[in-house]
Amino acid sequence: MSTTQNAADGAAPTGATPDWGAAQAGPDFVELRRRLRNFVFPMAGLFLAWYLLYAVLADYAHEFMSRKLVGNINVGLVFGLLQFVSTFLITTLYVRHANKNLDPRAEAIRERLEGTQQ
Amino acid sequence: MNSNALLNTGIFALFVVATLFIVIRASRNTRTAADYLAAGRAFTGPQNGIAIAGDYLSAASFLGIAGAIAVYGYDGFLYSIGFLVAWLVALLLVAELLRNTGKYTMGDVLSFRMRQRPVRAAAATSTMAVSFFYLLAQMAGAGGLVALLLGIDGKLGQALVIAVVGALMIAYVLIGGMKGTTWVQIIKAVLLIVGAGVMTVWVLAKYGLNLSSLLGSAVENAPKAGEKLLGPGLQYGASGTTKLDFLSLALALVLGTAGLPHILMRFYTVPTAKEARRSVVWAIWLIGLFYLFTLVLGYGAAALVGPEKILGAPGKANSAAPLLAEALGGPLLLGLIAAVAFATILAVVAGLTITASASFAHDIYANIIKKGQVEDKDAEVRVARRTAIVIGVVSILGGIAANGQNIAFLVALAFAVAASANLPTILYSLFWKRFNTSGALWSIYGGLVVTITLIVLSPAVSGKPSSMFPNADFDLFPLSNPGIVSIPVAFLLGYLGTVLSKERDDAKYAEMEVRALTGVGAEKAVSH
Repeated sequence: MSTTQNAADGAAPTGATPDWGAAQAGPDFVELRRRLRNFVFPMAGLFLAWYLLYAVLADYAHEFMSRKLVGNINVGLVFGLLQFVSTFLITTLYVRHANKNLDPRAEAIRERLEGTQQ
Repeated sequence: MNSNALLNTGIFALFVVATLFIVIRASRNTRTAADYLAAGRAFTGPQNGIAIAGDYLSAASFLGIAGAIAVYGYDGFLYSIGFLVAWLVALLLVAELLRNTGKYTMGDVLSFRMRQRPVRAAAATSTMAVSFFYLLAQMAGAGGLVALLLGIDGKLGQALVIAVVGALMIAYVLIGGMKGTTWVQIIKAVLLIVGAGVMTVWVLAKYGLNLSSLLGSAVENAPKAGEKLLGPGLQYGASGTTKLDFLSLALALVLGTAGLPHILMRFYTVPTAKEARRSVVWAIWLIGLFYLFTLVLGYGAAALVGPEKILGAPGKANSAAPLLAEALGGPLLLGLIAAVAFATILAVVAGLTITASASFAHDIYANIIKKGQVEDKDAEVRVARRTAIVIGVVSILGGIAANGQNIAFLVALAFAVAASANLPTILYSLFWKRFNTSGALWSIYGGLVVTITLIVLSPAVSGKPSSMFPNADFDLFPLSNPGIVSIPVAFLLGYLGTVLSKERDDAKYAEMEVRALTGVGAEKAVSH
């Protein structure tokens, strides 16, 4: 995240709008995009697959889902509650990832580009 | 319950007076369009997160899901899981990027790198379609709720109450704009979640904080369903078609949320993308917690009231939560919960109205009619206010006409349209470089037309005793929920429309992507 590569990263002369194409091609932006996409796309695929597995089981595997585990608590209830747990977990993981890996990078690029924009 | 009508009305009147007071105070600084339509972008993430929960937890969530669990058991729980998991789409893929690239509406983002006028017109059309179906559901629900809570059985009396709810909603939106509406959402969300939380603890305490014995008691008190109350299939397991119908619903629920315009608009009320993220995180925790409460409340209503008594009450399944409140805490708790339910409808309706009117004022008036050159600074706000009155009146009339229709069906319709017409277009627009004007128009209008056509041809509209028109028979499409067909079709249409057109603007995509990911030049908070 060096700020010394202005020309290559789209910092235009003061007062002009930034060169978006150059900013997009800059190595720090490419890195930011890679870190965002490498997290959100697989995670979105994962939770959608996990949710659809649950929906299909609830829809077509009634006996399995109705099997009792403890007292009146059955597989379906536990499975459903696990959807809550996974949602909370993914939320927490994403916030940690964004705070640590996305925000500082985005901020550095923004400051550089807006510095030229006033 | 007629003897409690006065108490219920009194508690509700107290809520209205208190919120109107706050709305008037909050609106003192409302001057510009950014103030009126985006609350000056001055709310914090947590505040907006609570308001999102307020916007999202409609009467269908509270009364509908608790009732569905009480009567159909596990199948009711499935709704809440879809409604919750859906928030991950908003968190991971939509909220922050949307906040960084738009000003007031979904149309801002969709038209960013397209030809402005046709795309804005399309975005405004689908915004208004979704808002209208959602509004109808809430207004129709108000009628049914009144029958239950105030003992007003006559259609005329119910129509009068729908008109009063509508007039109040217009007042909130006109006076308070987005800031006032947001405060109403916050107050309502706190009341709703605290109320549901107290009832949950109360129910669990009756069973020694043991969920298993609560479930056992629910089974004992539901002789018709019996053990089946605890497993899936009671509502949707009847045949191959109903099973497919459920899968279709599950898809629309999980993909619809991030395309609901009144939810999307909430991301513009915070100063930065980071605050937009924080607001989604708050919303996810609050909404998740609330749906866990409804699980206990639903089975609690089955155990302490019983499905037969619930289905025999004026509001049918929707009366489960209020009847449980009465069984637990007598008329006073019933009055409180009834007032909270009313507040819920009122707040959601206000949120939808401001969204639809903002879309008209910003997308159609300012950008299409005036081509983005509004000379008079106040004109956009003036148009938004006038549109709010028109939408209010139309939704009062629509609500009176739709009184008695199935609320869950109307809400599912709104989700299906949002998932088919809006979400594919938003995702393509944010992530696909090649996407263009023709692709956006194909996916919005295509999604809208396919969804509505399939619904019109579905058994929900004709051919069955429970249909809207039971005596007509044009149910050519077997499913009540169109999502499983309409969502893939809309994605496909967006793809085809794009590749069949030569238009391509890589430079504009570079600008959009850099802005979206970094927040360069994003709209800032208004300082007064």
